[in-house]
Amino acid sequence: MSFYLELAIKMVVIFAMVPATALVIGYAELKLSAHMQSRIGPYYAGVRWGWAQLIADGVKFLQKEDIIPDNADRRVFSLAPAVVMISTVALFLIIPFGSSGYAIGRNVDMGIFYAMAISSVGTLGVLMAGWSSGNKFSLIGALRAGGQLIAYELPMVLGVVGVIIQAGTLSMQGIVEVQIAQGWPFAFTQFVGFFLFLLAALAEMNRTPFDMPIAESELVTGYLTEYSGFRFLFFFLAEYANIFAYSAIAATLFLGGWGFWGVSAAWAGPFIVVAKTFALSFVVIWFRWTFPRFREDQLQSLAWRWLVPLALANIAVTAILKVVI
Amino acid sequence: MATGMGLLKGLWVTFSTMFTKPVTVMYPNVKELPVDRSRGVIALDEDACTSCMLCARQCPDWCIYIEGHKEEKPPSKPGGRPRTRNVLDRFDIDYALCMYCGICVEVCPFDALFWSPEYEYSELEMKPLLHDKAKLGEWLTTVPEPPALEDR
Repeated sequence: MSFYLELAIKMVVIFAMVPATALVIGYAELKLSAHMQSRIGPYYAGVRWGWAQLIADGVKFLQKEDIIPDNADRRVFSLAPAVVMISTVALFLIIPFGSSGYAIGRNVDMGIFYAMAISSVGTLGVLMAGWSSGNKFSLIGALRAGGQLIAYELPMVLGVVGVIIQAGTLSMQGIVEVQIAQGWPFAFTQFVGFFLFLLAALAEMNRTPFDMPIAESELVTGYLTEYSGFRFLFFFLAEYANIFAYSAIAATLFLGGWGFWGVSAAWAGPFIVVAKTFALSFVVIWFRWTFPRFREDQLQSLAWRWLVPLALANIAVTAILKVVI
Repeated sequence: MATGMGLLKGLWVTFSTMFTKPVTVMYPNVKELPVDRSRGVIALDEDACTSCMLCARQCPDWCIYIEGHKEEKPPSKPGGRPRTRNVLDRFDIDYALCMYCGICVEVCPFDALFWSPEYEYSELEMKPLLHDKAKLGEWLTTVPEPPALEDR
């Protein structure tokens, strides 16, 4: 296959995957949250189970007026949703869906480093959105998001370092291959890192219990306040696609990616990855509908006073054991 | 209880609730029967009404319109004073204003007003929400029997 044909196919697949996964997880959230609250949730859209609810919502968003407030910084305001979306799309690039080279957007040598770096760009988009909206709620929400990113980026990266030390590689494919070669996923040895990564990923995605930046009841959804129509749809898709992306990264790093005991990775690889990813996405949704949100100061003190020292201790122990054993 | 167990307990509550049957009633297809005491709509027994205006005056929203006039009947003995009787010309309740406090029902000294549990009378406009005495009289057929007296 020629390079350009492969590139084109991969681009189309990745750009299709972002809204597709966002729709699936968004629908799962609607239905799961409903049943967790003893409700039914979407019911009439589509013929059964309201499966077309989010498609209907998407069409509704497209029909809405595209409003830019007078006080807004027009150029930054319209650029912000794209920045958020791009960072999400870029995350999908390095998720390995199988053992072959075609099952990954690009097998980057320092894949996990790239993922950690590019995921922070999304918060830049959030800051742009909040700053350019010309609205105090948006600004407060965006600054909270910024503070939260700085606080939780550290435990996330430090939590991943343990995996990197144990695997001895930064490549996503390589990390999975090490886990398959040793026969058990890193979640057994790096459970502290797994815990840190999940918590920090929740914070990065602005999901409860870390949804202080978009706290509906006090900030009228923070940096999203002034957005409507298509731009809001971008943020919405990015939020749900992000759940998939982070869950997939966690599945790759800690749950052994496409490997599963006794199943051939040759054909089942993508299905195993997606199954593990959806299981983790379920946990994310489950947390959201169970826990109330942290207060801003509790949220910061949890990150700086507990998670960062825990992550550093984890790195120290992992490094010592790596040398000793 | 150990610290943090509450988190797991909460997770278990949402997880187990997920597999229970939802309490939602599929409203237009399935209807939940309101209890007899529920405040759906106010019915008027026109024959019992003496147009005394107590309800209209007590109504916090002034949503009751009453008009009546006095009719004279021939005296019972020749040469006596003519008997008088109040005739109800208009009795309207504006449900666009009504706040369902039920003070009119409580204050009526002649038991002419009743609560009915019917609730399906929404309209697309404000105006049809003004129910006249004919319509209020129709609601009277939906008023449930009062509960039997308790044994002493």
